[in-house]
Amino acid sequence: MNVDPNAKYLESHEWSRKEGDLIVCGISDHAQESLSDVVFVELPEVGATFSKGDVFGVVESVKAASDLYMSMDGEIVEINEILEDEPELINSDPFGAAWLIKFKPSDPSQWDDLLTPDEYQEVAEAEE
Amino acid sequence: MSESLMRTRLYQWHVDHGGRMVPFAGWEMPVQYTTGPIEEHHVTRRSAGLFDIDHMGQISLTGLDAERFLNRLVTWDITQMAEYEAHYALMCYETGGIVDDVFIYNLPDKWFVVVNADNLAKDYDWMMAHADGYEVTIKDVSVDTYMLALQGPRAIELLQHLTPANLAEMPRFTALEAEVDGIKTLIGRTGYTGEDGVELSFPAGKAHRLWERILAAGPETGIEVQPIGLAARDSLRFEPSFPLYGHEIGANITPLEANLGWACRFNTDFIGKAALLEQKEQGLTKKLIGFELTEKGVPRQGYPVANEQGQEMGEVVAGLYAPTVDKYCGHAFVPPEYAKPGTPLQIIIRNKPKQAVVVKRPFYKPAYRS
Repeated sequence: MNVDPNAKYLESHEWSRKEGDLIVCGISDHAQESLSDVVFVELPEVGATFSKGDVFGVVESVKAASDLYMSMDGEIVEINEILEDEPELINSDPFGAAWLIKFKPSDPSQWDDLLTPDEYQEVAEAEE
Repeated sequence: MSESLMRTRLYQWHVDHGGRMVPFAGWEMPVQYTTGPIEEHHVTRRSAGLFDIDHMGQISLTGLDAERFLNRLVTWDITQMAEYEAHYALMCYETGGIVDDVFIYNLPDKWFVVVNADNLAKDYDWMMAHADGYEVTIKDVSVDTYMLALQGPRAIELLQHLTPANLAEMPRFTALEAEVDGIKTLIGRTGYTGEDGVELSFPAGKAHRLWERILAAGPETGIEVQPIGLAARDSLRFEPSFPLYGHEIGANITPLEANLGWACRFNTDFIGKAALLEQKEQGLTKKLIGFELTEKGVPRQGYPVANEQGQEMGEVVAGLYAPTVDKYCGHAFVPPEYAKPGTPLQIIIRNKPKQAVVVKRPFYKPAYRS
């Protein structure tokens, strides 16, 4: 199991990274591993706004559909459209090419509430 | 889960080899191995896949009236089956609804019936409840009989490496008894993947040995083979539109509604025949269709189906991303007026309508059907 040391996390396995004044999000290596083969991702519209903890999309594996949760309040500024045709990227490169959304946080201080890589590692290991 | 799950003799092997174990029909079975279900699906379509199907039940029928008894219980006319022939059939309630779907083997000393894991107890009870007046011995032989399936375009070639029987000359839907790696085995040229292949029944104590021997024959012959879990087993059976109990068939679904009229022979007097004849005359109120989504999304069992105007009128019973046809598709029951290929539909996925269209079944034509 890989944990990106430059990201912060939710207990529900979404990672978030700072990119300028934006936040980039995806799902963790542990999450893709437990989902197994991803066959579809539903992402929000650019311009949509969400609060921390809202469901912003759904990732569907062969056997199940799983909700995706916002790590902070914010407005979606970009979605990863490649995933519409290549959802399997989530399995092969969860921290890289398979980022899901970029959003502009409305309350940057919420960053401090996210789990550190070490804290997340403990959460993920407890599930294994 | 309070009820304890059963384990096949290969349970520990599956765990040791990356099998992800899940509850299924009262058993703890591998849903996938480390390569994942999509690759397992593709391996079976391009070369060979090995399946632990010991959760399935086996019932043997013997006695003077065994044939007459079984012919009363199933929709197929088994009196027309040659020795060592295998055939698909349904067991129906008087209502025409389906007790189970079964595979029947006509063996010299018995009728051998393979049933769904979930339904074994129910099927056995159903048979026992109808045995009065017949000289028949009904025996659940599931514990002593192990079952493996080896499926794929190279399955026959691979198994040939382990048996003196001439497999190439075996027609589809026949069986023979031969030694496989020295183990007395009933080899059926049958299976539920839409590929050529075999299902093997043999003494349960040899499960581990035969499983490992078949996998070892892969590298020896240069034929790619790997174990396949339940998820790929489901997508492999779905593409050729083979029904699965609890999805396309069940107590409230008749063979006619499920497009299984081909498995019914109305010259016999099987249980449920009268109801089916009446249904034929009155017309169906629902019918099984295949559909594919024309926009992306994953249809799943239980999702509503609506017509073009958005009125809900049906329900999805199976749906998935189908790896070989490379589409998101499913099976649903709808009123017959919506069953024609080309009919536009909407599948309601998480309260959002997704566009779909009725397509001709099967999605994937079985490789052995010319």
